[in-house]
Amino acid sequence: MFIIDCPWCGERDQSEFSYGGEAHIVRPVEPEALSDNEWADYLFMRKNTKGRYLEQWVHSAGCRRWFNAVRDNVTYEISATYKPGDSAPAAEHAEGTS
Amino acid sequence: MSGRRLDSGGRIDRDRPISFTFNGKSLTGYAGDTLASALLANGVSIVGRSFKYHRPRGVLAAGAEEPNAIVQLFEGDRTVPNPKATQVELVEGLVASSVNCWPSVDYDIGAINGLVSKALPAGFYYKTFMWPRTKWESYEKIIRAAAGLGKVPDQPDPDYYEKVNAHTDVLVVGSGPAGLAAALSASRAGARVLLVDESSEFGGSLLGSTELINEQPAATWIEAAVAELASNPDVQMLDRTTAFGYYDHNFLNLAQRVTDHLDTDSAGSLPRERLWRVRAAQVVIATGALERPLVFGNNDRPGVMLASAVSTYVNRYGVSPGSEIVVFTNNDSAYRVALDLNAAGVSVKALVDSRARGAGAPVDEIKAAGIDLITSSVVSSVRGARGVKAVDVHALTDDGTVSGSARRIDCDVVAMSGGWSPVVHLHAQSGGRPRYDDVSASFVPGVAVQSQICAGACNGDFLLHECLSEGAAAGVRAAAASGYDASSSVEAEARVATNTETALEPLWLVPAPKEPGRGPKQFLDYQNDTTAADIRLAVREGFRSIEHVKRYTLLGFGTDQGKLGNINGMAIAAKALGQTIEETGTTTFRPAYTPVTFGTWAGRGVGEFFDPVRKTPMHPWHEERGAEFEDVGQWKRPWFYPEDGEDMHAAVARECLATRNAIGVVDASTLGKIDVRGRDAGAFLDRIYTNMFSSLKPGHCRYGLMLHEDGMVMDDGVSARIADDHYYMTTTTGGAAHVLGWMEQWLQTEWPEMEVYLTSVTDQWATISLSGPKARALCEELSEDIDYGDDAFPFMTFRQGRVAGAPARVFRISFSGERSYEINVPANYGLAVWQHILDAGEKYGITPYGTETMHVLRAEKGFIIVGQDTDGSVTPIDLGMNWVVSKKKDFLGKRSLFRSDTVREDRKQLVGLLTEHDHEVLPEGAQLVEVPSKVTPVPMVGHVTSSYFSPSLNRSIALALVKDGRRMKGESVFAPLIDGRLMKATIVDSVFYDPKGDRQNV
Repeated sequence: MFIIDCPWCGERDQSEFSYGGEAHIVRPVEPEALSDNEWADYLFMRKNTKGRYLEQWVHSAGCRRWFNAVRDNVTYEISATYKPGDSAPAAEHAEGTS
Repeated sequence: MSGRRLDSGGRIDRDRPISFTFNGKSLTGYAGDTLASALLANGVSIVGRSFKYHRPRGVLAAGAEEPNAIVQLFEGDRTVPNPKATQVELVEGLVASSVNCWPSVDYDIGAINGLVSKALPAGFYYKTFMWPRTKWESYEKIIRAAAGLGKVPDQPDPDYYEKVNAHTDVLVVGSGPAGLAAALSASRAGARVLLVDESSEFGGSLLGSTELINEQPAATWIEAAVAELASNPDVQMLDRTTAFGYYDHNFLNLAQRVTDHLDTDSAGSLPRERLWRVRAAQVVIATGALERPLVFGNNDRPGVMLASAVSTYVNRYGVSPGSEIVVFTNNDSAYRVALDLNAAGVSVKALVDSRARGAGAPVDEIKAAGIDLITSSVVSSVRGARGVKAVDVHALTDDGTVSGSARRIDCDVVAMSGGWSPVVHLHAQSGGRPRYDDVSASFVPGVAVQSQICAGACNGDFLLHECLSEGAAAGVRAAAASGYDASSSVEAEARVATNTETALEPLWLVPAPKEPGRGPKQFLDYQNDTTAADIRLAVREGFRSIEHVKRYTLLGFGTDQGKLGNINGMAIAAKALGQTIEETGTTTFRPAYTPVTFGTWAGRGVGEFFDPVRKTPMHPWHEERGAEFEDVGQWKRPWFYPEDGEDMHAAVARECLATRNAIGVVDASTLGKIDVRGRDAGAFLDRIYTNMFSSLKPGHCRYGLMLHEDGMVMDDGVSARIADDHYYMTTTTGGAAHVLGWMEQWLQTEWPEMEVYLTSVTDQWATISLSGPKARALCEELSEDIDYGDDAFPFMTFRQGRVAGAPARVFRISFSGERSYEINVPANYGLAVWQHILDAGEKYGITPYGTETMHVLRAEKGFIIVGQDTDGSVTPIDLGMNWVVSKKKDFLGKRSLFRSDTVREDRKQLVGLLTEHDHEVLPEGAQLVEVPSKVTPVPMVGHVTSSYFSPSLNRSIALALVKDGRRMKGESVFAPLIDGRLMKATIVDSVFYDPKGDRQNV
């Protein structure tokens, strides 16, 4: 069970949080202008890279706020959390051992 | 083999005899005994039967690694299947019996498997029972009956269990020399320390050791250490507590056995076991090492034991497992055992060492003790069917084989030592990768990936002085890493003899005159009867990965999880594969280290605490009225209200007709309700719903549908506009939390510029829905300030006022098709208003109805229930609900409605079904085919989603999703049922009742 540093509440156990998948996927402004493939790319395709991953979490049993986390999905190290709209910390600082 | 209690020695309390029963026989032991030590003291040699061949088995070990002595412990509702007798503390009146044998452990019919073992090779089940395939189900029953060890209790657990959350600076796992030293130095540095040990006493291996610390018996050092730790308020010590799981971010789970060792009075109201959920800044793993068996012929006979276990029984429990002992080793540690036994007055017939030069210094002591030291030799097999009678000792040739005739040595116990396997389980569970160390010929912890330090024998450093110094250093480091100034911390001063050791020489498979499989069986996994020959067979048959070899041969599948024999099996597999042990690798170490009871996992979360129960404000009325309840999510909803012995069918028919003909009332308080406020509320709902809400006028309601971005229906409900910047949304009962979370996510992550605030108000409002031709008349009686006239209060609007004196919002919407008023009052008024309405409505024939009638009424109207008529693969177009899909604006999921797959015209579409015979009701979930055929597979064209008998129509109705269904109207489909019946039905429109909607205005 992870310890997750909610940007609003501080460190809490993972049991207070829910996972929200990959972060920084922006909804197209004009979906109807997109081809099927472009829409499918937004809808279904995720990077799912091994190692450093930017993902969304919500403090569902706490402040109910969404935020983003930099998590290494091999070591499970969470090197940073940040508010929606903020840009991700640079990889050099966050990459750690991955 | 005939064990006996020694006249003196051990840590048992000879003034406190304890009587117990094993396999129906009354026996006596002492306080401080384990069940295993007491059995040995009573001369019990056969304690169980092996899993496959049902060979007689005796106690092999003295701890968690024991594969043979697994028992059924206690009786009745407190019985525990499969604990290890080596870990069961003796308590007065304890009852235990052997498992996996019938009719008794001494005469087991299953032993016939041993006589025909040639027919039962590795993978026997896979090879034999897989054909003919259709027979598997009958084979399975026989195999299931023959398999299995202990029996689970067949009554509810009378005890309770609890969970504890704990935080600590330094968690020390294991209280042997390394663990105690670590706890001492960490606590001296000021760190908060949690020290846990699975045993009943702290001290670990020292409890069975004759080594001296500071020129004193080890027990003296343990006592001082434990006393110091106990006096420190920042140290907590848990005995009988197994750290069984090491998870992410230094989160560990411990199982504490609280009362099993106590009599009923002392147990009092304590929980039987506790699950500790511990978050530690630093973990010191001082879990020690397990001795490794040697693999020789008949190495499973009762009397063959681990050397360290033999000395533990002698030193800790004052029990000699036998009277004439042969020690067989490939390393120095068993020399100490031979000397201990000799000192305790137990006859050591010979010490057989596979190495040419034997040990270093101890050789002189062995010789001085008059023990026959036989080097460059091995015990190639054991003689005796029901216990050790003698061993065959062969000299090793230069090429490491054996030849010539054996020397036979009579004995009743073989104390074997194949070296030591560090307990790397927790390190591996934490994500570390154990590496193979050639010097100790064992897997030792690799690089730590979490905040942990391994110390002592767990690290592959087995000598006492190494354990003490590494432990002390680990404690200092752990304290420093968790923020304490450890510079002044005084390490535990402990002087011990610093022996040097002669290197162990790996001996994975003891050479025998005959090849494995041709001579006596050489066991690796005692519980599953996996032999050296089985491993070789697996490799010959093409298995390469150790994970596959394991699964094929069942190596390590027992309740001991391969703690003893896996390393030997891996080494034998490596050799057969022509690769190194490092290349072969280990199988995966998974939690739990030792089995954890279901009770401990469940804790208090059983019975009424299993899941919260939600009740509406009107619940007491429903109960009093004798409602049958249905679980909808966590809600208890009235299902129907039976009168005078009615069954559900009769009750539902009465409730339906009363609603259609007079007035029905349903408690709809469970509907999800969300308050949506803010400048952009309307624009926001336009994006969430498929239809427009910004254009809705205040005072009006609209039905809305929500889709996931993939275009599939997610939820539905009616929302009302209270004011320009204020909406009142309703959702399905089950979908409320998800919808709120869904909208929050979009607001927070995608559209933060929108000013919208969402509040769940489900529990704040009680909802009473009145339906039927007399609903208006009743409502008019209930309110003075609301005009219920059709012009003043038309369909799909709402009014605020008072109902039965309570502030209310009344919505004129309908889920039944009849004229309906949905009255919302603050929850605290709910019960009073409900009661008032029921009283006032009596003269109109008001009838309360439950969810079943609600479902029938809505199905008659063809109204869907999300989650019943949809399943996450259904679009609004599939439902024929194009009317609710806006063409003017974008909304979540819209683009997906124009994907190549969603525009297919032959998708499953919602239709109605009328069965050929009026009174046949299709089962919900029934699959539909176009042409009934005996030849399978028959292509399926759809399935029934809702199906009821409609009292209003006096016939059955059903909704179904059918491929290209709308085009098939008028055609027939068939439902082949599991009981062999075939129901024929005609595809019709999904609205069965009042298709024009006239009833709304009746």
